[in-house]
Amino acid sequence: MNESGRNGTTANSRSIGSLGMTNSVRNRSLAAPGMTTGRHPAWWAFVVHRVSGLALAAFLPLHFLALSTVLGGASALDGFLRFAEQPPVRVAEWALVVLLSLHLAGGVRLLLIEFGPWRGLRNGWIAGGAGVGALVGFVYALALIR
Amino acid sequence: MGSATIAVKVWRGNARGRFVAYDVPRQPSQTVLDVVTHIQRHIDPSLAYRFACRVGMCGSCAMSVDGVARWTCRTHVERVARNGALTIAPLAHLPIVRDLVTDMTAFFDKWARPLGRFRGSAGRDADIARVPPDSPERQAAEAGIECIGCGVCYASCDVVRWRPDFLGPAALNRAWTLVNDARDVDRDERLRAVAGDAGCHACHTQGSCTERCPKGIAPTAGIAGLKRAAARAALAHDR
Amino acid sequence: MTSPATQARLWYAQRISAMVLAVCVAVHLAVIVYATRRGLTGADILARTRGSAGFATFYAIFVVACAVHVPIGLRTVAQEWLRWRNGALDAACAAFALVVLVIGWRAVWAVTVG
Repeated sequence: MNESGRNGTTANSRSIGSLGMTNSVRNRSLAAPGMTTGRHPAWWAFVVHRVSGLALAAFLPLHFLALSTVLGGASALDGFLRFAEQPPVRVAEWALVVLLSLHLAGGVRLLLIEFGPWRGLRNGWIAGGAGVGALVGFVYALALIR
Repeated sequence: MGSATIAVKVWRGNARGRFVAYDVPRQPSQTVLDVVTHIQRHIDPSLAYRFACRVGMCGSCAMSVDGVARWTCRTHVERVARNGALTIAPLAHLPIVRDLVTDMTAFFDKWARPLGRFRGSAGRDADIARVPPDSPERQAAEAGIECIGCGVCYASCDVVRWRPDFLGPAALNRAWTLVNDARDVDRDERLRAVAGDAGCHACHTQGSCTERCPKGIAPTAGIAGLKRAAARAALAHDR
Repeated sequence: MTSPATQARLWYAQRISAMVLAVCVAVHLAVIVYATRRGLTGADILARTRGSAGFATFYAIFVVACAVHVPIGLRTVAQEWLRWRNGALDAACAAFALVVLVIGWRAVWAVTVG
């Protein structure tokens, strides 16, 4: 298993495919997302903030359009709400509420970092934000189950 | 780890190169730079890499160790090797010259772009400028002036990868120290140069620069300050 | 391409709208939990929202804040992950802002006035 590289040649060296790194890393993809940054708490906070933001942005027009069905009478809204009672939709709604709270908590943390006095990356807020998300998720789940 | 050797994978070649495996004998208090040096001296003399002071002062030996940008002279093998294995690659987000050597031209070009140099108005015969050391501006500048341009922050930032023209944490930190320098006369022009999609406003506060800086500098703080300053200037001048 | 000054203003607008949204969302989360427990049929919802000036005002402001905040955020993501960089992106974001404003206010109108 020893590499006895002769003068200047790499003929006796082994080329490696997969490397024992988290992802299989090859020439072009020396950096998968998070590979070079490392996955520390503030990085995860960014990922959660961006993913939740995209999900909410996709959801928002649908939310407005659903509410607007009431323009066709209360029964039109009821039709949509009956659709929304199906379990997969309920789960999706619950997930969106949790994502909303996480996006809110993460956003407040960013506002503090950008406008407040510098107190580091405020990792306490990351933990707290996750807690807020969990709390809201729990409370909303209870409300849904009733 | 009881093993007498470490299995090291080192990037060889340019951007279209590959990882090559070497077995390196373990030594007490061995650093990753020691590992690279051993390979070059005893196994494969064609390995190209940079170092200078080897004591954590110059920043030349910055490389990617298991995907994380570090000063290899200050990284002990026993702290980073997992299951007796290590992967060493060149610094990310920079063109690879060969093996572990990157072309730092872009990094320093971006340093210069937001007027990363001081320009004063006082001549040689003027009085020494009086800057209170405990003023908030001076303290903000002091927090960032120890940067030695090693590139670790630049290699650690996702935005650098996603936006090729993003100035990067080091250049923005440098600009921040100058924005806070009471003697510098180019503040307005500098704020215009740092603002925008290629500048401070592209920062998402991922904080990898602050996490990874070997000198303990927080570019995130400086960039937040630049965001505020640039917004104030834009609103005030309405340009 | 937008100038740095414009981009600085966009950043500022997005942060200000974020502050407004922080309040609005906190209130809205409470409203969601309350409404879910009290009943979510069409009649239930409308009984709470119809004719309420306070409700209408609050949610009208909420919609404006969304119309500012969401497109600016999407613009950044499009630039970074879709590599969309030209003026067409700015036009698309402005259009999306208008869409959000219009259908958002329409929804508020729908549940408060009908």
